[in-house]
This record gives sequence, structure tokens and C-alpha cells, in this order.
Amino acid sequence: MPTKLVVDCSTGAVEEIELTAEEIAEMELAAQQAEEQKAREEEEKAAKEAARAEILAKLGLTAEEAAVLLG
Amino acid sequence: MATTYEAIATVTVGSGGAASIDFQNIASTYTDISINLSARVDAANGVAQIYFNNSTASDKLWRRLYGDGSSAVSDSSNGTSSYVRPIGINRSDQTASTFGNMSIYIPNYASSSTYKSVSVDGVNENNATFAEAAFAAGLWQSNSAITRVTIIPSSGNFVQYSTATLYGIKNS
Repeated sequence: MPTKLVVDCSTGAVEEIELTAEEIAEMELAAQQAEEQKAREEEEKAAKEAARAEILAKLGLTAEEAAVLLG
Repeated sequence: MATTYEAIATVTVGSGGAASIDFQNIASTYTDISINLSARVDAANGVAQIYFNNSTASDKLWRRLYGDGSSAVSDSSNGTSSYVRPIGINRSDQTASTFGNMSIYIPNYASSSTYKSVSVDGVNENNATFAEAAFAAGLWQSNSAITRVTIIPSSGNFVQYSTATLYGIKNS
């Protein structure tokens, strides 16, 4: 059973508490959303890299040459 | 010289892992608070999500800027999020047994008359491929004093030996 770590800052006590069924369901939903978010981020990154490569190709420059140019 | 930086509490994840690290009952006696987190999660999609006072309202804004050595990306959430989402914990698809780290800074956390800002810098490591470095800024649009900060991976659990320390910081 997954657990959470709860720290009571007024006493310094640390408790390891088992998650409730509701918390586990929330965790599973969050995991699904994280997967979707990561896919969106990777798409965005790939699109930016493709756009950059296209511009460099139009200019006839390598990535290294562009980096030198942009200083 | 007055002690202005005080470790309030520290926690280390045990062998079973942990779905979250939750600092509760934070006293209002400091000027600012900070959390240093060294962590790894057992999922490939896990990033840290920071919650305040157990609030799930969609009233948090955040901006992130991160780079991995080959590209830089920026993204944001404009008040539709229930958490602030920085980068800085290692994931299961990154180099084994390495931990990312992040420093979370929350100034004026005990105010009952201002929104709460947070800044986070973090890095994670993936040998021979990339290491991500990121800065994030967040805002909780609430006047409530922060008494609780919870860090939850978006996916998976914190693995054993992940640690978090909460510091209280006084201005004098």
C-alpha cells in the first residue's frame, strides 16, 4: 500500500501514513495527466527543434555555425 | 550574530517509498521559508508538484524555463492549476541511483494580506544524454498564511533516500 510522509513541524514528529482509496485514485489520475503533459512538452520541444533545423537549412548553416553567429 | 536560518524539520524517505512529503503546522514566526529537496521518483513522468495548505483550487500561476544542453523550453499555467510545478527531481528513466535537487523559496509566507510567491531552481541528471536545469516562478492567489506545504510527484513515488528539509528564515 502506498504511503505518504507527514511531518508535524510543531513537534518534529514524522508519520508514515497509508493512502486512502480516494488518495490512490487521485494519484492515478495525476499520473495520467502527467503522462499527457509530458507528451505535450515533448511535442512542443520537437516542434521547436524542427523549426530551428528548417531555418538553419534555409540559411545553409550548421548548428555550430549558427551558435558562433549568435555568440 | 543572530541565527536567521533555522532547520525546522527534515525527512528522509524509507525503503517503501513515499507518495508525498507533507510539512504541516508550519509556525508563522519566520520571515520566509525554504525547502531543499533531493529526490528521485520511480516513474518516467514524475515531476514535483507543490501544494499549499492542501488547497486544490485552480488559483496557482507558474512559469518555467528549462534547458537540457540542446534546447531551451518555456511553459506556464495561467491560473488553471492547483499546484506549482517546477523541475528538479530525477525520474526512473534517468541515470540509476542519481537524485535531482531543488531549492524552493517562499518569501512572506505568513502574510494574511498578500498573494504568495514562490521561486524554485532545480536540476536533474542523466549521464551522457542531458541534465536539465530549470527555474520556475509561481504565485498562489490567496491571502491565506501558508501553514502547510506538500510536495507530490506528478507520477510515481519518491524513492528511498529522497530527503527534504524545511528551513525558516528570519530577516534579523
